[in-house]
Amino acid sequence: MFEKAKLFGGRKAFGAIALAFCALAAVTAGLVGIAGAQDVSGNAAAQPASTANHELFEALKRRFESGPEVTAACLSCHTEASKQVMSSIHWTWSYEHPVTGQKLGKSEVINSFCGNVASNEPRCTSCHAGYGWTDMKAGPPKDPSAVDCLICHDQTGKYSKIATAAGHVAVGEVSAKAKTITGASAEPVDLSKAAMSVGLPGRENCGQCHFYGGGGDNVKHGDLSSALFDPSRHVDVHMAGDGANMTCSACHVSESHHWAGSRYNVNAAGDETSRGHGMQRKPGERRDVASCESCHGATPHPATSVVGIKLNDHTDRVACQTCHIPEFAKGGIATKTKWDWSTAGKLRDGKPYGEEGYTQGDGRELHTYLSTKGDFAWGEDVTPYYAWFAGQVIYTKAEDTIDPAAVVEVNRIPGSPDDPNARIWPFKRMVGRQAYDSKLNRLVMSNVFGPDTDTAFWTNFDWAKAIAAGMKAAGKEYSGEFGFVDTYMYWPITHMVAPREEALKCDSCHAPQGRLAGLGGFYMPGRGDWGIADKLGIVMLLAAIAGVLGHAALRLFSKRGS
Amino acid sequence: MTERLVKIYPRFERFWHWSQALLIFTLFFTGTALHGLHALIPFGAAVTFHTFGALLLVVLWIFAIFWHLTTGHWRHYVPSADGLLRVIRFYAIGIFKGEHHPYRKAYWRKHNPLQAIAYLALKVVLFPVIWITGIAYLTYNFWEHVPDAGLWLEIVANLHLLAAYAIISFVTIHVYLLTTGHSFSEHLRPMISGYDVVDLSQAEEAYLASDEPERLQRAE
Repeated sequence: MFEKAKLFGGRKAFGAIALAFCALAAVTAGLVGIAGAQDVSGNAAAQPASTANHELFEALKRRFESGPEVTAACLSCHTEASKQVMSSIHWTWSYEHPVTGQKLGKSEVINSFCGNVASNEPRCTSCHAGYGWTDMKAGPPKDPSAVDCLICHDQTGKYSKIATAAGHVAVGEVSAKAKTITGASAEPVDLSKAAMSVGLPGRENCGQCHFYGGGGDNVKHGDLSSALFDPSRHVDVHMAGDGANMTCSACHVSESHHWAGSRYNVNAAGDETSRGHGMQRKPGERRDVASCESCHGATPHPATSVVGIKLNDHTDRVACQTCHIPEFAKGGIATKTKWDWSTAGKLRDGKPYGEEGYTQGDGRELHTYLSTKGDFAWGEDVTPYYAWFAGQVIYTKAEDTIDPAAVVEVNRIPGSPDDPNARIWPFKRMVGRQAYDSKLNRLVMSNVFGPDTDTAFWTNFDWAKAIAAGMKAAGKEYSGEFGFVDTYMYWPITHMVAPREEALKCDSCHAPQGRLAGLGGFYMPGRGDWGIADKLGIVMLLAAIAGVLGHAALRLFSKRGS
Repeated sequence: MTERLVKIYPRFERFWHWSQALLIFTLFFTGTALHGLHALIPFGAAVTFHTFGALLLVVLWIFAIFWHLTTGHWRHYVPSADGLLRVIRFYAIGIFKGEHHPYRKAYWRKHNPLQAIAYLALKVVLFPVIWITGIAYLTYNFWEHVPDAGLWLEIVANLHLLAAYAIISFVTIHVYLLTTGHSFSEHLRPMISGYDVVDLSQAEEAYLASDEPERLQRAE
């Protein structure tokens, strides 16, 4: 026994053990630092060289009087194009949810903005990818030449639809008051020039409709605005000219005029082949899902640090968007955050009026009250609302019963920490107050647009007539009695991804009163939660401290006493 | 029996004790930050230091276990009821009457029976609990697919936390006990110099004098 003690107790033994300890520590540190950074970059904005120069096509060397005439010329070569478009959601505005079975699409749903399409067609269908859809119930036009090829393929930048003409474009004599769907003054379009310019859709094409959803710049989504036509890296790292400079279709890949990406059935993971394997693909490489993971994989953070490894551990439970889009409505364009329809209809001297109470970042004054629409609130650089979300959005439709005593969710975003498919996701939570059937307890549709009707609210300021007309046009049951309910509507945030240096830090959420303070039912460190272990532990620690102090006091006291 | 100043804390044991103390302090400081009790260090840095600190402590312990087993030092921690009650009685009553500590350190028994039991409990209960839960926590992503993984993670985290509270309670009492006896520094010195007053048998003294004279200091 003494021999052993000598062997291992001596100086040499100490040196050897200390050395080996240090070596092992170094190996441990090295193990943590394997695997290199994964870099995803690419420039997908430039138009690839085409094998066809449309300026040389005989079919296009003529004067066109209308949009459908151009489409007919397109179809003379692209024989299948209209068939493909007419089966896509861009055309049908109808969507049967593959998971919930709910029938959705613009032709079906109610929102908390202008409410519904039925009875408001020529205004709403100005953004339809076709010409002349004037009756929702009748469905989109049947004629293949009613497809609007140019709204997506024009490269002159001059082609735009009239805001109130059911998708038609400005040709010939154009009223001085006419506006395009982006709110600009409508100018006659040179259709021949537009037809010869065609190319793959750029952000100017998609943006004309998608940046102006809800009737104005960034009104609806919050993360889709005109700021994305030419964004800085801060606004959108993917689309910035000095960033990846990508177009919309770099992520929203298409096959036969059907696009990846859905707000009804949201994908967080990659497609079948990439799901769960951390596989990533280069821009332009074949993929079928518009998700972050389909390019970046499931382990996008460099595994060269503990924090990087830990961040990769988050990807199955926290959507990329949650940390990488710390705020939306960036770049000086505000989004509408609240819309109270119940105050609409006030008149001054018998005339509708408006108030401009918000100046957005680019200097434009925005309405905060309109007799036609009620009160609004706007927000810029908005902190998202966070929720567990499994990807399936359920809408409250005109036939669903609501509880008017509570805030009605115009759409629901189910998900919980117990659902392995759910992730924490950022949302724009739109606050609304809108009309409902106070007898049947259902949300209602209303006729707001119609300059020549005696039912449209924006013309007549009479809710009773507007709701009756809207419900009739949609073929829905209506009791004739209405009131107003508070609503929430959730818009998944996925665009306006910030550069990595602006991504949220750990403490943004892992802190008392952090960004996820409102989410419960799961374990998450750093929030200062006071659990059972804390209660037991603090009792133990306090007992130890009290024992020590009591013991010390007794020692002092007894020494003095003796 | 002779009372001699003998080197009973070899260099490795002192290295182990103090590096362990430093790592436990690091883990306590970063751990409380991770738990949201303070924000003196950013969360990401706290994660990094806590993880590396824990890994280093585990490695240190692997060496320490090896050292205990091969040198026979584990025998200092074998629990014994012999004299235990007298030590308890001393801390509960005798200390207030100015009595002397009843335990005399022996060459192969440098801890008093209460100390030995306390250290043994720390080594075989609290440390393993905090390690096993810590490693389970760190490797959550390898077992996240088991049923109710989220609930298990919460249990693991709470056990880890409870063990941490217990260790800090231990440290509190451990440091306090240094103030008993003659003085704080007198208790501290052996763990720095390695030398402490020990009762040696004639055989032990003779062995040390002839084979390891550097471990013996002249008697005071």
